[in-house]
Amino acid sequence: MKPEELEIKAAAENAKQQAFEARLICCSSTGCQSSGAAAIIDGLKAEVKAKQLEAKVQVCGTGCMGLCSQGPLIRMTSKTQGDILFSDIKPEMAASIVDQVVVPVLGGTKIERPGGDLESHSLDLEAPFFTMQHRVVLENNGRTDPEKLDDYLAHGGYQGLKKALSMSAEEICKEMLASGLRGRGGAGFPTGMKWDFARKVTSDTKYVICNGDEGDPGAFMDRSVLEGDPHAVIEGMLIAARAMTATNGVFYIRAEYPLAVERIEKALRQARAAGLVGKNILDSGWAFDFEIRLGAGAFVCGEETALIASVEGKRGTPRPRPPFPAVKGLWDMPSCVNNVETLANVPRIMLRGAAWFAERGTEKSKGTKVFALTGKIKNNGLVEVPMGITLRQIVETIGGGTGTDRKIKAIQTGGPSGGMIPEHQFDTPVSYEHLQQLGSMMGSGGLIVIDDHDSVVELAQFYLDFCVDESCGKCAPCRIGGTQMLMMLDRIVEGKGTVEDIRKIRKVAKAMQKASLCALGQTAPNPTLSALKHFESEFTERLVPVATTTA
Amino acid sequence: MSTPIEVTTTVKVAAPKAAAAPQDDITIIAKKWSKKRGSLIMALHDLQDRLGYVPRESAMKLGRAMGVPLARIYEVVTFYNYFKLEAPGKYIISVCTGTACHIKGSKELLNGLEKELGVSEGQSTPDKEYHLQGVRCLGCCGLAPLASVNGKVYGKLNTAESHYVIERIQIDKPMAVAHEEAVSE
Repeated sequence: MKPEELEIKAAAENAKQQAFEARLICCSSTGCQSSGAAAIIDGLKAEVKAKQLEAKVQVCGTGCMGLCSQGPLIRMTSKTQGDILFSDIKPEMAASIVDQVVVPVLGGTKIERPGGDLESHSLDLEAPFFTMQHRVVLENNGRTDPEKLDDYLAHGGYQGLKKALSMSAEEICKEMLASGLRGRGGAGFPTGMKWDFARKVTSDTKYVICNGDEGDPGAFMDRSVLEGDPHAVIEGMLIAARAMTATNGVFYIRAEYPLAVERIEKALRQARAAGLVGKNILDSGWAFDFEIRLGAGAFVCGEETALIASVEGKRGTPRPRPPFPAVKGLWDMPSCVNNVETLANVPRIMLRGAAWFAERGTEKSKGTKVFALTGKIKNNGLVEVPMGITLRQIVETIGGGTGTDRKIKAIQTGGPSGGMIPEHQFDTPVSYEHLQQLGSMMGSGGLIVIDDHDSVVELAQFYLDFCVDESCGKCAPCRIGGTQMLMMLDRIVEGKGTVEDIRKIRKVAKAMQKASLCALGQTAPNPTLSALKHFESEFTERLVPVATTTA
Repeated sequence: MSTPIEVTTTVKVAAPKAAAAPQDDITIIAKKWSKKRGSLIMALHDLQDRLGYVPRESAMKLGRAMGVPLARIYEVVTFYNYFKLEAPGKYIISVCTGTACHIKGSKELLNGLEKELGVSEGQSTPDKEYHLQGVRCLGCCGLAPLASVNGKVYGKLNTAESHYVIERIQIDKPMAVAHEEAVSE
């Protein structure tokens, strides 16, 4: 494909979509699929066909729209009125949707909220859940069909790559640095700086690796991006490759995410056929291609050196750094590992510029962050918010509180590596620095809400148990320290612990934080320590009464 | 290594089949993967997709065909949770034990299923009909608590009604869907 063909294809697809008077866009991600989305799409298509509306109404799938707990979701857009979002749709409702909403709207009737049997199946798009979000990474979710390249092109797809091809590697790195984009996997290292390190190393072979090993239990941001906008991640990888003069790309994706793997495979086939991946990309003479490697269920493989070992077909154990992967990574070649969400930001920054991206956020944390909002919360799902928004706004305004008569006690960010944040600190703005100050971390984006009936001691035990189970066993502080800590915590949960156990937990935790080889061990004590810091009384309540211990 | 690498097209299919792989299965796998550097994990995925688990004899054959020592294969198979060394039951019930599901009672659900089936987590029923396992996050946290059966997800389960899962299996009889060859557009 020649560069100018991008616009031609985009215009053609736009014209095609404009020709439809209405579009029924149904979420086709794993969450909604498991609630029957495929049958609904088929049902709607059949209904549209039966009413001979095929020329006027388009039915298609799209990426995750956020409110997974109320799925399957269908968004109806039309030329004559505002969008309608249907929720909790069953396949047998297809006829009602077409008869009661689509046909009247095509006939010129304005319908704000559908009535009849659909009355309780539509959502208010003016609710804070939608209006307070700011979508950059997820901008195509709910808008484009992830299985169609042309749809991506019609929404500015591969324009960022086109721009990057006209720039030098150094210029791309500078642009990325100026945008302030930081790694969305959790650590928050400036992306532009990471690329620049890899760029400065001279080598015939260099790898850019996409980390799609979303191991944090309770998080599904990366899955939703891979499934909902696979071309954006591919485009981000291509731009990263140009920036560091990389020669090969690798997708490392969890085997537990078969739909994400399928969508990436399909998107790669389409991009290759269109000349956007492979030889002579966009007629520039540049060649670049990808391979896909599957994870096999190991949390530690989210750590970059462990991930690289796994790509090499070995046990996923980390190794000491330096040398950093930018110098010596996959097959001892310079490599750069980027998270899915980070990569999905890249094409948008390239296309709209660093200044546009940096408009949002705090001084040091720019842009937006996608969170998976789960636990005891009314609006369960995926949200993308500007950095700097307060935790209270996310949990109470967007999330709608617990939705029951119980009160929110705390939230946990950063998964097994993060910490608990008590309710009185919810006015803290979301940024890498602020969350770290609270003893937690940004993490990859899991945000779990617990209410006043949940025990923080048991939650700490759950996370520590997870880390002990997932410890690769290579270094002693993590292997032995984690087990010892868990034994003491188990005792406390069973009501057999003593004050001495709490003292020792703190001591072992310190050793683990200082001496572990990788982030898994260094951060494994965090949930327990933060629970102790904010809710120590819940631990002491469970201890053996002092009189008994001294007797 | 500077030439572009051919992209693989493997999607896991969890349906268990016969006990030992016929020789040609192994030959196909070895032929497909042995030329690609570091592809042992992908070859093992391929094997498990075909057989439902990694039988010892097949691992030995694969090792010989790919020129990889058996110890290396076992080193990898035992490290990763995903690989199974024993034949699982016909219906693999995976209860999600991620944080969101944990908070919504996945432990009760798992315990209920253990009682219902008379097996512990990680085991199969003696008639090889069901295999019960706890798994890390399935990424459908909005539907917590949930379980998947041969890849089909059942969400928003009532933790006290574990028998519901078994009843649904009897009705749906979910089998892993074979990977359909998608047409590039």
